Amino acid sequence: MQSQATYNYKVVRQFAIMTVVWGIVGMLVGVIAAAQLVWPELNVAEWLHFGRLRPLHTNAVIFAFGGCALFATSYYVVQRTNHTTLFAPWLASFTFWGWQLIIVLAAITLPLGFTSGKEYAELEWPIDILIAIVWVSYAIVFFGTVAKRNTSHIYVANWFYGAFILTVALLHIVNSAEVPVTLTKSYSAYAGVQDAMVQWWYGHNAVGFFLTAGFLGMMYYFVPKQAERPVYSYRLSVVHFWALIFTYMWAGPHHLHYTALPDWTQSVGMMFSLILMAPSWGGMINGIMTLSGAWHKLRTDPILKFLITSLSFYGMSTFEGPMMSVKTVNALSHYTDWTIGHVHSGALGWVAMVSIGSIYYLIPRMYGKTEMYSTKLITTHFWIATIGVVLYIASMWISGVMQGLMWRATNPDGTLTYSFVESVKASYPFWTIRFIGGVLFLSGMLLMFYNVLKTIAGEKAYNAPVLAPQAAHA
Amino acid sequence: MDINDLRSIITLMGFLCFLAICAWAYSGHAKRGFDEAAHLPFTEDDLPGGDRVGGQSKEGKANG
Repeated sequence: MQSQATYNYKVVRQFAIMTVVWGIVGMLVGVIAAAQLVWPELNVAEWLHFGRLRPLHTNAVIFAFGGCALFATSYYVVQRTNHTTLFAPWLASFTFWGWQLIIVLAAITLPLGFTSGKEYAELEWPIDILIAIVWVSYAIVFFGTVAKRNTSHIYVANWFYGAFILTVALLHIVNSAEVPVTLTKSYSAYAGVQDAMVQWWYGHNAVGFFLTAGFLGMMYYFVPKQAERPVYSYRLSVVHFWALIFTYMWAGPHHLHYTALPDWTQSVGMMFSLILMAPSWGGMINGIMTLSGAWHKLRTDPILKFLITSLSFYGMSTFEGPMMSVKTVNALSHYTDWTIGHVHSGALGWVAMVSIGSIYYLIPRMYGKTEMYSTKLITTHFWIATIGVVLYIASMWISGVMQGLMWRATNPDGTLTYSFVESVKASYPFWTIRFIGGVLFLSGMLLMFYNVLKTIAGEKAYNAPVLAPQAAHA
Repeated sequence: MDINDLRSIITLMGFLCFLAICAWAYSGHAKRGFDEAAHLPFTEDDLPGGDRVGGQSKEGKANG
């Protein structure tokens, strides 16, 4: 029977292609928003205003680009490592079309100004309900596939994907509790400081589980595969997983330092953020050390370059994050561009690069080929993207620290040394550098799009045969 | 006993549970299963054509 059965690659293929498409769209909106800060005349119409494009950018890159990458890789990994086909393939197909519909609705409603005002959860209640339905379907497909596995073990990547899926369902449903007033307007079910705490419990865990656990699942499969060696330490991966699960949930309050949130809650958030550095670095070391004994592969393999560089950025941003959660550091960094730089060190350096590497791995395999159309173009993409990220985060560090120092500077008589607008004026050169960094990163994505088109042009979709049950191997 | 005692107990139990997981992960008992699990992505080549070769993949051997 198993000789005829093939893996369900169709949904993987669909999500993989859309990852590239939404990546370009989301990053283009980001570049436009960056340009609007340098040249305010670009705020041409209300629905193209910075205030409306910014949430469109964050939603598009996190949920459309990142989300499609997570769907594609998780559906691939869960089938391959469990030696079985997808559970309820029609439901998997529904998650694809449902997710695309959500993205299109977001792209329409956010520029029109429909928003619930919660960061990274701006979409209004009818779309929230649709997200919940699609997400529960995703969970059914994923865990259904794990349940019907033909292996005795559940490979560690699936644990990370599973935690990501479960937690995002919980976060989304709790944070989106709202009272609808009309079809396009709702109010949060929480009030005051509780509302803020629920929002940042959601917001921080969106980072911790959507942007970290899910992509760590990617790391634990695609790094070993591309390096052609098993993960450095499997037992470390188990400890990594549980340490992350036990600590991430409590770090949210660091987004609310020096607010009306009780002081002890802020301190708890700060402590857990500091503890988080241990599992984060454990995971990073586990990923990078997987290459030990095969470092030479980095020289020739641009996909591996993407994956390993992403881990370096993961290490950098998970050092920076705990540092910024320290209250005294936060007093300087909060509300400045430093935060934006930190986020992009994680989002471009870690999330985007690990996704790009994984998608380059997937695309040829989805069309019965052994490699992408051009390896040289992947190398070019890698260098353009790396220079782009470095320009972006370095300029934001400088402008962020500068803004923080300018805002807190006082004259001997206690008055402020600088007015706010002076700090804005001083930021322009750095915003221009940031814009250039963003343009470079976007150009890399366009190269990727071309490379993908050339790879799949004229090729027939391919579905690999299902692996024999593990017993035959073990 | 007020609610905060319960909260402290839960936190402590969570921590003990984590320590137990660490002890289990680093015990010799778990090692065999972990070695098997670590090789799950390598049980067969996922390149087109590789599956028809039969037996272990190039990757499986390299890491055997």
